Amino acid sequence: MATQHSRSAARLMMAPAVFVLLVWMLVPLIMTLYFSVLDYRPMRGAFDCCVGLSNYTSFLTSSAFLDSILVTLVMVGGILAITVVGGVALALLLDKPIWGQGIVRILVIAPFFVMPTVSALVWKNMFMDPVNGLLAHLWEFFGAEPISWLSDLPLFSIILIVSWQWLPFATLILLTAIQSLDSEQLEAAEMDGAPGYSRFLWIILPHMARAITVVILIQTIFLLSIFAEIFVTTNGAFGTRTLTYLVYQRVIESQNVGLGSAGGIIAVILANIVAIFLMRIVGKNLDA
Amino acid sequence: MTTTIRALLGASALCAVGTLAAAQEGTVTIATVNNGDMIRMQGLTDDFTAQYPDITLEWVTLEENVLRQNVTTDIATGGGQYDVITIGTYEVPIWGANDWLVSLDEGMAEDWNSSDILPAIAGGLTVDGTLYAAPFYGESSMVMYRTDLMEQAGLEMPDAPTWDFIRQAAEAMTDEEAEIYGICLRGKAGWGENMAFLTAMGNSFGARWFDEDWNAQFDSEAWANTLNFYLDLMTNYGPPGAANNGFNENLALFQQGKCGMWIDATVAASFVTNPTDSTVADSVGFALAPDNGLGKRGNWLWAWSLAIPSSSDNVDAAKAFISWATGQGYTELVASEEGWANVPPGTRTSLYENEEYLAAAPFAQMTLDSINAADPTNPAVDPVPYTGVQFVAIPEFAGIGTQVGQQFSAALAGQMTAEEALASAQEITTDEMEAAGY
Amino acid sequence: MARAVTPQKKALWTVLAWIVGLIIFFPILWIILTSFKTEATAIADPPVWFFFDWTTENYGIVQDRSDYFRFLWNSVILSVGSTAVGILIAVPAAWSMAFVPGRRTKDILMWMLSTKMLPAVGVLFPIVLIAKWLNMYDSYILLIGVLTLINLPIIVWMLYTYFKEIPVDILEAARMDGATLRSEILYILTPMAIPGIASTVLLNIILAWNEAFWTLNLTTVSAAPLTKFIASYSSPEGLFFAKLSAASTMAIAPILILGWFSQKQLVRGLTFGAVK
Repeated sequence: MATQHSRSAARLMMAPAVFVLLVWMLVPLIMTLYFSVLDYRPMRGAFDCCVGLSNYTSFLTSSAFLDSILVTLVMVGGILAITVVGGVALALLLDKPIWGQGIVRILVIAPFFVMPTVSALVWKNMFMDPVNGLLAHLWEFFGAEPISWLSDLPLFSIILIVSWQWLPFATLILLTAIQSLDSEQLEAAEMDGAPGYSRFLWIILPHMARAITVVILIQTIFLLSIFAEIFVTTNGAFGTRTLTYLVYQRVIESQNVGLGSAGGIIAVILANIVAIFLMRIVGKNLDA
Repeated sequence: MTTTIRALLGASALCAVGTLAAAQEGTVTIATVNNGDMIRMQGLTDDFTAQYPDITLEWVTLEENVLRQNVTTDIATGGGQYDVITIGTYEVPIWGANDWLVSLDEGMAEDWNSSDILPAIAGGLTVDGTLYAAPFYGESSMVMYRTDLMEQAGLEMPDAPTWDFIRQAAEAMTDEEAEIYGICLRGKAGWGENMAFLTAMGNSFGARWFDEDWNAQFDSEAWANTLNFYLDLMTNYGPPGAANNGFNENLALFQQGKCGMWIDATVAASFVTNPTDSTVADSVGFALAPDNGLGKRGNWLWAWSLAIPSSSDNVDAAKAFISWATGQGYTELVASEEGWANVPPGTRTSLYENEEYLAAAPFAQMTLDSINAADPTNPAVDPVPYTGVQFVAIPEFAGIGTQVGQQFSAALAGQMTAEEALASAQEITTDEMEAAGY
Repeated sequence: MARAVTPQKKALWTVLAWIVGLIIFFPILWIILTSFKTEATAIADPPVWFFFDWTTENYGIVQDRSDYFRFLWNSVILSVGSTAVGILIAVPAAWSMAFVPGRRTKDILMWMLSTKMLPAVGVLFPIVLIAKWLNMYDSYILLIGVLTLINLPIIVWMLYTYFKEIPVDILEAARMDGATLRSEILYILTPMAIPGIASTVLLNIILAWNEAFWTLNLTTVSAAPLTKFIASYSSPEGLFFAKLSAASTMAIAPILILGWFSQKQLVRGLTFGAVK
């Protein structure tokens, strides 16, 4: 069906999207690359070419760098784990015959519509505050000592907040996947006397594998650049400084654009390694 | 001869009228912080537009961190988005020296009396004899305490307490069953949060950020004493989760009657004595920030100020606005609309000579004394190469201060010991200063 | 429902699902409740649930202080505008990728997704400088452009996976019957593609509405959306939970309502090729 003619037409149709994204990627990237070899500190009035790779070496050798990588991995991994496991469980639950299914589904997807800034502010002030927060009241009600969430369990708290926002997304995609499952196959298994967990393990889960990889890929893309939640809650204190946040601190707080740009380039490289890795997996899954 | 002069004078007067008329139109975009006094100012916009009908004011009110992020990016790139920006005594000397701000020595309204500004405040906003920002409100820090709890504890707060007395009082007032904590102090990480307090506190313990050759001093005994004393106070007599408490959180705790003492900005005085927001309004006393007998007190000096970026294309209208917002007329306007206790404090000598104000604001004298007790050019016991009481007026400080603040905050949260926090503070500061070329 | 379900089981699942649903929804419910309280009730200990003097004064105060409708209008323009532009660019691209796949189609798609990984803070200065240079800072055009670009990869991918599900056989059958390209697109493909496009549009509006880095850093007044509105209510002096809640409710309500009303459409296409 794909003639020479339709091929060139296809190229033409693709061109605008490819072109704008190419510009959007290249222009800032080249400028960032250029800044990263400068001593560019606007507050000092410094804009000096060229300091070679010294920005890169000082970014890479600072003790904050490795910590931030670790924090990023734990944070993204934690959120992915919670949303995927929670999403599968919720999707299974919502797939059951229940009264008021539509309303429950509305309740469950609601957090996805909330602005990250708003959700971080509300969780921080109205839930996690150790004196006035609702969780503190709950703990007191059960006679327990309230937890100072954001200083005692800072990383976990942020993971919790972000997971709350992304759980609906995972649930929706996974729910669609479950619903597309051939119910005859399940019934056959049920007839054969396969218990619930084995039906889940051998039929439902494999069927959802593809959906799970999609969830992981899309969420990773968004989660690597988490910013508002950290900015609002801990400002990067208590070991919650991700790579993105470290770059932010270098550029905005230290006003060292050269150093921050080097950090940005490093972040792009690392993100792309993750991306290639992920896309290999997903790409394979999409072909299958 | 005389006619010529007269004609010339007339011509220049006409010119002046001409420029004034030209000046009084256009849109002024104001970036400001969402503090109570600024929100009040925004509410009084009508008074300004009545005087300058051709000037439109556009308000961009933002939370402090977002504001700083926005304004700094704008000014560092010469973006020219704002005509008036709200900045503090940390930014003004640096930005002024970079020629990023417009001088306010000329072009202000005639009744805007710059010699009336408190000398300690004006000093912090002046670079090489040029005034680059007009103070909107000025503040120092002082002890605010509950007179009723103090009485119950059988103690009496001196006007100028020592740190030892503060500890003793904190111990006596703490009653965890009743959720009353002897002392509330800043613990939230940030150069303008916990480090403002700890740097000022350090001054009274004989600590300093740098010696005269810009060597970081966190390995000194004075800093160890400061941090240990602070941690001891806060872990024993402070509220839970103090490592996340900044000014706002502590204000709320104090207003709810959960703090015995609170050492923080003098501007808080009008909030804690305001009966509509504060449950303890009628039992608050004030004292100077504590000392250790070393000749320095643990109080700071700060002024939220209005300045005009050089990139503004509406400088004259911006000056008209700043003259209005920081002039004596504005003070009277607020007094007539909201009462004398609510006028922005700490900027003008005349305010502290005003009998009505002194009568309405029980904290006025203590505020003035605290401001006068701070010396930005000579903040520490030992000589230092920098200016600034609770900050170091170099561009790198915001970044360093926040990172060091995170170490101290982590120490308060119990995630590291005081020694570890100081060691890593020393390392961070040394690294950053080396990178900055000191 | 082919599977036989006893009423007891159904009741059990219902109770469980409702409990979980309410827990997840609770924070939002709490924001809405708190927005109708006075500041004193908002921090009452123990917390007050439903029986308090409901007041709308917080909404009045917030509206007085910052012109909510201007921010709302800007949010609508930016999210709808960027979605419209995005769809316009993405539909042809996704279309050709799905129906005329080349050797490198998949690589191009993956490359597009990888542009989303550029950390925004790292390129803040370049973008601000370009915006200033083009004299477009704080303009709709700039913001719509940026929001379009950051979401374009997701749009293209979503549409691609959706279009790919459209069976090509139908097209060929139609062609046999002598359908022209125009009628092919108009009467066969478009109706089949509509659900996918609709859900892409919805998802993109949500993403654009909630974007809070570029909208904060590239706007001052004229193009400032609700994310900027919220930034003036976070951590003021003192705890103003009720006002914060009112402002939060105002910021999320429009998109929440849109999301709820259109959740069927959203769900139908939100598969990213996950279903086969």
